[in-house]
Amino acid sequence: MARVTGVAIHGYGGYVPRYRIRAEEIGRIWNRGDPELPVNEKTVAAPDEDATTMAVEAARIAVKMAGIDPRKIGAIHVGSESKPYAVKPTGTVVSAAIGAGTSLLAADLEFACKAGTEALQLITGLVETGRIEYGLAIGADTAQGRPGDALEFTAASGAAAFLVGSMDNAAVASIEAWCSYVTDTPDFWRRPNDRYPMHTARFTGQPAYFRHIIGAVKSLMDNDGYSLNDFDYFVFHQPNVKFPLAVAKSLGVDEKKIAPGLVADVLGNTYSACSLLGLVKVLDSALPGQAILLASYGSGAGSDAFVIRVLEGISEKRERVPKLSSLINDKIYVDYAVYLKFREKISMR
Amino acid sequence: MRVPRYWRNIPFRYRLVGWRCNHCGTFHQEKPIICKRCRHRELYEVELPKTGKLVAYTIVQSTPKEFNLVSPYAIGLVELDDGTRILAQLTDFREDELREGLRVEAVFRKIRVDGEQGIIEYGYKFRPLIE
Repeated sequence: MARVTGVAIHGYGGYVPRYRIRAEEIGRIWNRGDPELPVNEKTVAAPDEDATTMAVEAARIAVKMAGIDPRKIGAIHVGSESKPYAVKPTGTVVSAAIGAGTSLLAADLEFACKAGTEALQLITGLVETGRIEYGLAIGADTAQGRPGDALEFTAASGAAAFLVGSMDNAAVASIEAWCSYVTDTPDFWRRPNDRYPMHTARFTGQPAYFRHIIGAVKSLMDNDGYSLNDFDYFVFHQPNVKFPLAVAKSLGVDEKKIAPGLVADVLGNTYSACSLLGLVKVLDSALPGQAILLASYGSGAGSDAFVIRVLEGISEKRERVPKLSSLINDKIYVDYAVYLKFREKISMR
Repeated sequence: MRVPRYWRNIPFRYRLVGWRCNHCGTFHQEKPIICKRCRHRELYEVELPKTGKLVAYTIVQSTPKEFNLVSPYAIGLVELDDGTRILAQLTDFREDELREGLRVEAVFRKIRVDGEQGIIEYGYKFRPLIE
């Protein structure tokens, strides 16, 4: 894939709900002890939140940071596997809520946990070809784990949005390159009328997560002339804490370069928002000139890898909005019963 | 009737966009033909600020069935940064946080869901300001 030219991020926003449940609280109900817990705690969407409301919150932060007229936005792509409607677009709600115009491409995407990075790829392409002036790429999910299933410890809620446009002096970061690596791998799926996903545990690790992320990263290195030494930060998809650390180790990446973008321990796996929230966290403290390698993973399966370089404009622009860490640290813990109520897991009929 | 009414109010529900009288300054959520207070004919579109302070609040314990999931909920009178006062549901608060003068900000939330098959009504609520 040829390198991207002249495309930059002008604003970004991460949103997570205020509520958390500790993994040990879920373990208390299902008799799982500390060594088995994949994260410390995860976000819990409030009963009045869904993927659309969180997409709006993230988008508002991104637009505020960019400081642009939202009517200049020509496309909104929302990636999610927990759309509130089976049929009715999310992008149009986001558009109305941020005050975008009507001359707008609004399309929703689904590819398990990587639909958000796909949105970023498509917006990048539309900006690069000059088809739109600005575009908004969003990943948002209220992930569902079946009570008692291993996924319940991690399936979390959150959103991340990136406002992308042509390169200029005020830009926050440039998107230098991207590539994807996909195969038909049945590691995780959900049929149309089912509430909870199914997963085949033996596929989850090596043939799915590791193969695709390493495939996408190697493709960037081999085809676009990068070396792993070029990067100051690495952000990988985080279904738990162990996997991103393991993929870093197998690539020979220093743990110090991955720690700043690790959010799964305190947020859980926010699916389409997951790796993008890691990117938001890195951008909140990165210095101009630094390079970030981002690689998402989506079951089914595939990985999108990006090269992102921080620009001078970030220093002034990121002061316009609260940091992601202020949302991460401002939390209210709920117990398992309240969690069941909030996520509508109690049958009222 | 619920869907048309919801749709008509989207600008105010989503973005706090409404109409202010050019003569007496009264804010209207929907565009009236004349100002409801002073009967002046000139009104201009305005987007209200998204932050303000809580002037008064009450906890609603006995809630309509459709608000079961958020029950008990709080209703607050919010004075926005430009002085406009609006009523709103409050969300994401610890009960011990609520007090007069609390800084709050508008967030985008589900207000009401019409059963399993009907429309999801979105709109603004207010929560304690995150800085």
